[in-house]
Amino acid sequence: MPYFPLANILTEPVGAAHYVVVGAILFTCGVLCMATKRNALGILMGIELVLNGANLNFIAFGSRYLRNDANTLGLDGQLVALFVIVLAAAEAAVALAIVLNFYNNHDSIDVDRADQLHG
Amino acid sequence: MEPASTLPTLLMWAWLLPLISFVAILFFGKHMGPHGKGAAYLATVAIVGAGLLSFTALFGVWLPNHPLADAAHASDPLHGNHGIPDDSHNGSHSDAPTSAGKHAHRAYHGATDGGALRNTQRDAQLALNIQPVALLAEHGSLAEHGSLNDSQAHANNKTPPYYNGDFYTLAAFGPLKLSIGYYIDSLTVAMFCMVALIASCVHFYAIGYMHDELHEFTDSEVTLADGQPLKRPGRYHRFFQYLSLFCFSMFGIVIAGNMAMVFVFWELVGICSYFLIGFYIERKTASTAANKAFIVNRVGDFGMLIGMMALWSSLGTFSFGDTKDADGKFTERGIFSLLRTAENDYHLKPAGDMAFEGHRIMPTDSDGEVQSGDSDNRAGQWLLLVAGVGIFCGCVGKSAQFPLHVWLPDAMEGPTPVSALVHSATMVAAGVYLAGRFFPVFSPEVLLVIAYTGCITLVIAATIAITATDIKRVLAYSTVSQLGYMMLALGLGGWVAGMFHLFTHAFFKSLLFMCSGSVIHGVHTNDMTEMGGLRKKMPVTAYTMLVGCLAIIGAGIPLSTIGFSGYYSKDAIIEQAFSFADLNPVHWPLKWAPVAGALITAFYMFRLWYMTFAGKPRNQHRYDHAHESPRVMTLPLVVLAVFALGIGWTVPGTSLKVTNLLEQSRPVGTLATTHGELLPSLVLPDEHRSHEWEFRKPAGIAAFATAALGLLLATVVYLWRFLNPDELKQRFRSIHAVFWNKWWFDEIYGALIVAPGLLLAKWITKFDLGIIDSIIHGTAATCKGGAKVVDAVLDRTLVDGSANGMARGTWDLGLWLRKIQTGSLRQYVMLLVISTVLLFAAASYLQQIIPGQ
Repeated sequence: MPYFPLANILTEPVGAAHYVVVGAILFTCGVLCMATKRNALGILMGIELVLNGANLNFIAFGSRYLRNDANTLGLDGQLVALFVIVLAAAEAAVALAIVLNFYNNHDSIDVDRADQLHG
Repeated sequence: MEPASTLPTLLMWAWLLPLISFVAILFFGKHMGPHGKGAAYLATVAIVGAGLLSFTALFGVWLPNHPLADAAHASDPLHGNHGIPDDSHNGSHSDAPTSAGKHAHRAYHGATDGGALRNTQRDAQLALNIQPVALLAEHGSLAEHGSLNDSQAHANNKTPPYYNGDFYTLAAFGPLKLSIGYYIDSLTVAMFCMVALIASCVHFYAIGYMHDELHEFTDSEVTLADGQPLKRPGRYHRFFQYLSLFCFSMFGIVIAGNMAMVFVFWELVGICSYFLIGFYIERKTASTAANKAFIVNRVGDFGMLIGMMALWSSLGTFSFGDTKDADGKFTERGIFSLLRTAENDYHLKPAGDMAFEGHRIMPTDSDGEVQSGDSDNRAGQWLLLVAGVGIFCGCVGKSAQFPLHVWLPDAMEGPTPVSALVHSATMVAAGVYLAGRFFPVFSPEVLLVIAYTGCITLVIAATIAITATDIKRVLAYSTVSQLGYMMLALGLGGWVAGMFHLFTHAFFKSLLFMCSGSVIHGVHTNDMTEMGGLRKKMPVTAYTMLVGCLAIIGAGIPLSTIGFSGYYSKDAIIEQAFSFADLNPVHWPLKWAPVAGALITAFYMFRLWYMTFAGKPRNQHRYDHAHESPRVMTLPLVVLAVFALGIGWTVPGTSLKVTNLLEQSRPVGTLATTHGELLPSLVLPDEHRSHEWEFRKPAGIAAFATAALGLLLATVVYLWRFLNPDELKQRFRSIHAVFWNKWWFDEIYGALIVAPGLLLAKWITKFDLGIIDSIIHGTAATCKGGAKVVDAVLDRTLVDGSANGMARGTWDLGLWLRKIQTGSLRQYVMLLVISTVLLFAAASYLQQIIPGQ
């Protein structure tokens, strides 16, 4: 019998797998957003989605409840998630600055026009 | 003091002091005092120090440990009466072996007449056996008589006292050992004292003589292209630098403990001589003379190398003396004791491989039986002859003997102190010294060669000296002639006579040279025809030179013990010649040549003195400017004059005199009457025999008469002018031409050796330019062509092609790869996602197919 790892996901109690599935959906949405949007701001939003999908995974795996481990506070995953959020903020600031400059130069934020770095 | 340790130490420092001075002057000479004047003081202090050490070694160590015994057959005629009444004993003493030998050889000849060769050899063997027996018998009878003391009876069998050892071993290749060693006997010590004393005098003298070199020197004999005389910086310090090096090298020869070391220092004095002759290098004559001296010496050294090879390859050692360990057991035998063993009663006998080689080439007789004994000995004797003549060749070159005498007169181009030290007293005497050192190795046949060489040299050189007008050249030829005397004495078996003459000659000849230098210094010319009457201007020089002249002609009261130093040594040589000729009437020239030489010597020496100091000035201008030399130059003259007068004397109340000192070093076994092995008729007399009245009387009278006649002749011609020299010259025009042209030796050598040499060189140059060069050029051209081909074929295509191809490939790859980089952000993201997905897919696929997961 073939093995379907997520076959019973909706009937099981909430566990790490559920969080991971949500994270994966978020991540996929983000990637698709990045790949398909021509608007630079849309790409930035896709990046946020990707990062937050990853954050969800960190938190899920780090949670003391989901790990069912009494010896941990379950803060390490949250710590990394916080770190990612800070990084994302910084990155967004830089990226927005680039986008603004790009707009100033090209009167547009269409990333397909930003191909000066082609070989 | 323990002589075995103190003697080598003292003499080593005496030897090294000049080296230290040389090195110091070499590096700091220019900065020593004003104009390098300090160099002279340093060199002088070094040599005087060496002299003090040498004399300490002689008087402080040697003499207290080895008291001098009066020579067995007192050559000292003070006890002249001793000579006559004792004659019967002496006669029996020396006659016994002689008659035994004669007997043996008569047997030898008889057998030869018989025609049976084998018998001859057996007889000769018998004869060989007879001799020691005869000697023993003689000793026995002497013991019965009880009239001769022990030392006399065993005079032949006493090894002279010596100390030898190594300072430092340079290298050892199997049996070949090269070391810096010493061999010290009374001869070594005496030579050290003599060399150091004369060298000290010469150093003092040179301080004055070379003062021109202190400032810029104008060499009037060298004219530059613009007609001006050459001006160059003075070379004062360099002169003393060379002198120091020379003294070091000379001491090295004297102290050397093995042949290899002798050869090294032999060449070192050669190069010093070269430097010193060529001191005025800008003068063409000086540089030519230096080359001539060096090249002629190389000819002799070639023979010396052959002799050394012959000795080393057959004996396997370079060392002179035996090495003993603490118990007095021999650890290593030296050349001398290998060739003259106690078993052979110290007779010279081929040893080691010499005899062994004989075995190999020895013929077998009709029975197929290997002949032994004599033919063995004969082959070895031939090898000894080669070795002896080879070593002597070196001495011929260094001591300017015929036929290599031509370099010494030309060597007078050097400054006069050099002539006084190097070319009269020490270096040229080194040849005689070496011949004396190797005396136990020389067989009677070699000694005959030496005697004839000396004989020819002494006559030829003396005759040339008669006509020479250059004051230094007269002395140079006189030196050659006197060296001939020494060689003759050695060749006749007169070891002490020859070595003694070396010492006396060293003093009076350096004195004569320094006097001539003083004259040259005063009148600025070498030419005697421009001198005359200088006695009044330079009295010290004149009278010290008179002492030198009287010493060289051997002035003394005949048949007494009163005379100048030359009187003792020259008479000893003539006595030896008479004694030798008595036993070998065939060799009569060896008897009369020294007598004739004495006549000529007296003539040319007083011709020189009269032409220089007596009569009226021939050149008024030069006479007016003549002046006596400064004190620093005349003082050494006086010192040397004292020695020239008295070096042959006995210190009153002691038996201290040079001959007794030398007698201590007489090689063991050389006092016996010896017969030639290859020339059986040759008999070498015992040297003490020559002091017998039978020979002393005629020899003394002949020597005195000829010297007096020569002196008289010179006085008649050059002082009283009863005979006009120019008329004589016209009268004996042909003979004068021979002498004046130096027997055409230079011309003959020029025609026979130099011209063919130059011609050969020209041919070889042509060969060189024509053939060798074209081969080389051809090879070069071929290489160049080959390189071009290689360049076109290999380099341009293969090497360049591969390099360019690689570059192009990279370039193309880059061009192709740039297409991937589109610059489109979305594309990049897609690429990332797709490749990540592919990676995961591949990973899960692999996870499934790899077993065990």
